[in-house]
Amino acid sequence: MIPVAFDYHRPRTLEEAVDILRQYGDEAKVLAGGHSLIPALKLRLAAPKVVVDISRLPGLSEVRRSGSGLSIGAGVTHHQLMVDPLIAKLCPLIARTAPEIGDVQVRNLGTLVGSICHADPAADWPAPLLALEAQVVIVGPEGERTLHINEFIEGMLTTRLAGHEIVREVVIPRAYPASCAYKKIRQSASGFAIAGVAVQLEKKNRKCSSIAIGVTGVAQRAFRARLIEKSLQGAELDEKTIAQAARQVTEEVNDFLSDLHASAAYRAALAQVLVQRAVLAALAA
Amino acid sequence: MAKTAGKKSVTRTGKASAKAPRRARQSAAKAAPPASQRVDFFKLVPKPRFVGKPVKRKEDVRLITGAGHYVDDLRLADMLHVEILRSPHAHARIVSMEVEEARKASGVVGVFAYKEISSLCGDVPLAHPGIPDLKVPHHPVLADGEVNFVGEPAAAVVAESRYAARDAVDLIRVEYEPLPAVVDPEKALAPDAPKVHKELADNLSFSWEVKGGDLDEAFKKADRIIQQRVRSQRLIPCALETRGVIAQYLTGEEQLTVWTSTQIPHILRTQLSGMLKLPESKVRVVAPEVGGGFGSKLNVYAEEGLLSALARLVAPRPVKWIETRRENMAATTHGRDQIGELSIAACADGTVLGVKHDCIADIGAYHQLFTAIIPTLTGLMLAGSYRFPAARTTLKGVFTNKMPTDAYRGAGRPEATFIIERIMDLVAAEFNLDPVEVRRKNFARKFPFSTPTGLAYDTGDYEKALNQALKLADYQGRRARQAKARDEGRLVGIGLSTYVEICSMGPSKGMAAGGWESATVRVSPTGSVEVLTGTCAHGQGQETVFAQITADVLGIEMDQVKVQRGDTGNVPWGVGTFGSRATAVGGTAVFEAARRVLEKMKKVAAAALGASAAQAARVQIKNGKFWAGKKSLSFAEVAFQAHRGLVIPEGETPGLEATYFFEPGNFTFPFGAHICQVEVDRDTGEVSIQGYWAVDDCGKPMNPLLIDGQVHGGIAQGLGQALYEEAVYDESGQLLTGTLMDYAVPKATHMPWLHCERTETPTDVNPLGVKGVGEAGTIGSTPAIVNAVIDALRPLGIKHLDMPLRPEKVWRAIKKAAAAP
Ligand SMILES: Cc1cc2nc3c(=O)[nH]c(=O)nc-3n(C[C@H](O)[C@H](O)[C@H](O)COP(=O)(O)OP(=O)(O)OC[C@H]3O[C@@H](n4cnc5c(N)ncnc54)[C@H](O)[C@@H]3O)c2cc1C
Repeated sequence: MIPVAFDYHRPRTLEEAVDILRQYGDEAKVLAGGHSLIPALKLRLAAPKVVVDISRLPGLSEVRRSGSGLSIGAGVTHHQLMVDPLIAKLCPLIARTAPEIGDVQVRNLGTLVGSICHADPAADWPAPLLALEAQVVIVGPEGERTLHINEFIEGMLTTRLAGHEIVREVVIPRAYPASCAYKKIRQSASGFAIAGVAVQLEKKNRKCSSIAIGVTGVAQRAFRARLIEKSLQGAELDEKTIAQAARQVTEEVNDFLSDLHASAAYRAALAQVLVQRAVLAALAA
Repeated sequence: MAKTAGKKSVTRTGKASAKAPRRARQSAAKAAPPASQRVDFFKLVPKPRFVGKPVKRKEDVRLITGAGHYVDDLRLADMLHVEILRSPHAHARIVSMEVEEARKASGVVGVFAYKEISSLCGDVPLAHPGIPDLKVPHHPVLADGEVNFVGEPAAAVVAESRYAARDAVDLIRVEYEPLPAVVDPEKALAPDAPKVHKELADNLSFSWEVKGGDLDEAFKKADRIIQQRVRSQRLIPCALETRGVIAQYLTGEEQLTVWTSTQIPHILRTQLSGMLKLPESKVRVVAPEVGGGFGSKLNVYAEEGLLSALARLVAPRPVKWIETRRENMAATTHGRDQIGELSIAACADGTVLGVKHDCIADIGAYHQLFTAIIPTLTGLMLAGSYRFPAARTTLKGVFTNKMPTDAYRGAGRPEATFIIERIMDLVAAEFNLDPVEVRRKNFARKFPFSTPTGLAYDTGDYEKALNQALKLADYQGRRARQAKARDEGRLVGIGLSTYVEICSMGPSKGMAAGGWESATVRVSPTGSVEVLTGTCAHGQGQETVFAQITADVLGIEMDQVKVQRGDTGNVPWGVGTFGSRATAVGGTAVFEAARRVLEKMKKVAAAALGASAAQAARVQIKNGKFWAGKKSLSFAEVAFQAHRGLVIPEGETPGLEATYFFEPGNFTFPFGAHICQVEVDRDTGEVSIQGYWAVDDCGKPMNPLLIDGQVHGGIAQGLGQALYEEAVYDESGQLLTGTLMDYAVPKATHMPWLHCERTETPTDVNPLGVKGVGEAGTIGSTPAIVNAVIDALRPLGIKHLDMPLRPEKVWRAIKKAAAAP
């Protein structure tokens, strides 16, 4: 790696980290797992003057109970989320998404928080986090604030985070049952999602009492498939109903991505297929 | 057998077009020693302890533990670092270049452009391909006023550290005047197309033709003529280790040493001597560990000349350049990139009578070493494993504003095999026949076999390999289950490929340069054995195989043998490692040299033991000792006597080493049958491989573990071409697949389980009976996988799709087929 020269800081506390960021503002970059930042440094797409490594800050590398839900610290890696017993119990959708990310090396270092801060439209995490109504807890020189994941991610590679702020944790406000699934089609080179759909649902009798569908990879930013959710809410979830509802995915957003790896039409078609498959898988789970 | 093959081929192919380059057409040559006088390995060593056994690789411990030394691991005292400014444009005139700021930057020793370098280093060379009227443009090591592809070197910074050099590159200000770029080779042939090289009349670098047999007759007699356009897309070789060069010029000694990641140190030495106008005696080339090449390091690169020239400018300080992955993808040779228009004359019973193939090869912006030769191999191998009597390839090599193409694993044979194996399936589909039966109907069965393109296949038994593969895959049962799956609406497909390919490159007459290989076997006074080989293994495992051969011949242990390669300072001379030549040609040289050492040791032993003439004639090695009558000497004792110089036998001289240059009489032609089953997801277009079976025949197996390794890796690369890989340039000539996040090389998770077996059909081209296996997997797998996918889609009326068969392409084809009336 031959990046532009930068100063490297490894603060001991979150306060210290915030203090360094306050000093350097936009000239500084936080380093977590480095699996998005390092490639950018390598290609000189990012050239910060200062890199603040938060990956070893005490207390941030844990999954904890938080009210009836749980909190995922900024240092928690994809791998931890795959194997953490609390996650498996309270939030199985997270545990099912984690193994779909990257490869072993990426999962061993990359973090959920780093992923949402990077806001790659092809990243996997936004889909389940939208479905789970995740809250993002941000700290900065002026104190602490919390944003819903949907507000936090603004668009392609942009978030509401200011240059001197750090995300401390992501909070899943409550526990969720096992009826959930994450389905994805991988871009064959990077492994990122060309399309990814997360479904969390609840059933009463044979009817769907609540359903949340997060879709990633297909548009400028991940979104909740509200029209589909509305059609399925209260319905009996048979294959035909699901298939019919899934068709509305093209109406959910109007900015389907088109690139080297997939056209907008193909992404829309995949989203539709994956919604069906994820809902069926969630039902079967 | 091979010799007759040769003779027959020469007479029979007298009819073949004389336009074919001489080098390529002469497959048959005078075989070195007549087979009758030849000593075959398995005669000399009837019960080898090592050859043929699954011996673990000697090189693996150091490579797996990271203890090997690649170019980047070498750190010389006072070393300077080089970074290269590369063109961001596909085609542009350099209006001006301001380097002052870069020159003044801290740590910078110098900034160099064409005018500083041109007097020290000439153009990038090419091997003479024997093609008349070949147009070769000026190809300087740094752009001379014009850049012709994205990634072309334009200037170089030499600095105290790599960081300083890289930072200074950003300080060079170049004003470019963009020129129209041409990216599509067919459009490049249009009369009004922008010209890649203004000094040339057009973008056509060369035309070439090979033909044999009576095509008119074939096309007259055919029941049907099938037309198909096929593409072998552009690929990026992506060796694990990128390229890298260190060069140092010692002014006092007048000695240039170049450490570089290459497959061909000796050829490079000769070529560098020409570029730099230094006699070869003053140039030493060293290839340290080389982390894969796949043909992409079978070349002479601008950077190798550039670094050598820079080394003279900053002498005696060494200069080092290590290629980044991004540079590797843009500026190390690409592979394939051929478009073929096919006409196939076929009979309703599946017999193919003749094939016409009009090929356009997109060669990129320049000629690299073998750029023009590679697509001619496609033409030569067009007959595949079949005996149709007439074939013709016309070839146009076309300049475009892209990275030049050159050898990539298989180099012309995968393209040819893809064509001919698709043809077999197209014929089967056309007449609703089983592709297995079509292949059986057309197989060449008598060996030596002469192709209409002028080659003489040494030995083969294509049906045997096919039958074994069919059994291994349970083909009949599989077809029955496929029928059931189809009834359920599932898209399950089975594909085959029964390939033949060219290895052991090759007889010198059939090559652009010498096709021989050298080896020295040297025994020290204490009995330690060195093997110096002119081949240059970069992952193949010759260190192991050559130790196996030597240990068996000399009756010693493998760990007594040290194999040295890659240094022109200690290896007498050599050609290198490519075209699966190292074991068949280089291994034979090792065998012959070892045999000569053995003969001398027997004589020394007899002399030292005071043996009678009768005993001396029957010296034997048993349990690591030389026996003459009842008396014996150990291996080390004989070695000592040879050097001590007191009991040197009549007619011999002291010392214990032999050098042998082996010239093979022909190429070898390994073959095999690959079968693949896939299922296509109707809704997403994704292809999943459900099973893969391969039976390969590479002649006598020297080491089954190494063969498996070569076959597995080869299949992975062939699968990459079939399903994932493609170098994509946009219309302006920007490389869109410039990182591994966008260019999909197959990873472990993409690989199916492979069921591999072998048949053994020895060659008699060399005394080892070995053919070669480096490219087989790549050649066999691509068409097997594509044929399987097309077979899966056949119920929808789909007859062909171009590679790579990425999900969206398959999905679109399915949608289109569904919409068709
Ligand atoms: C080969 C490869 C394959 C991959 N495959 C996938 C995949 O399949 N799916 C997928 O979703 N992702 C994939 N990724 C991305 C991976 O998940 C990254 O780890 C993740 O996107 C970023 O997390 P990180 O911890 O590495 O963040 P870093 O790279 O350290 O940081 C990323 C960005 O976020 C900022 N940042 C990080 N943490 C904080 C914080 N706490 N507060 C404020 N800002 C912060 C950094 O400044 C930087 O701008 C892949 C990456 C690679 C290299």
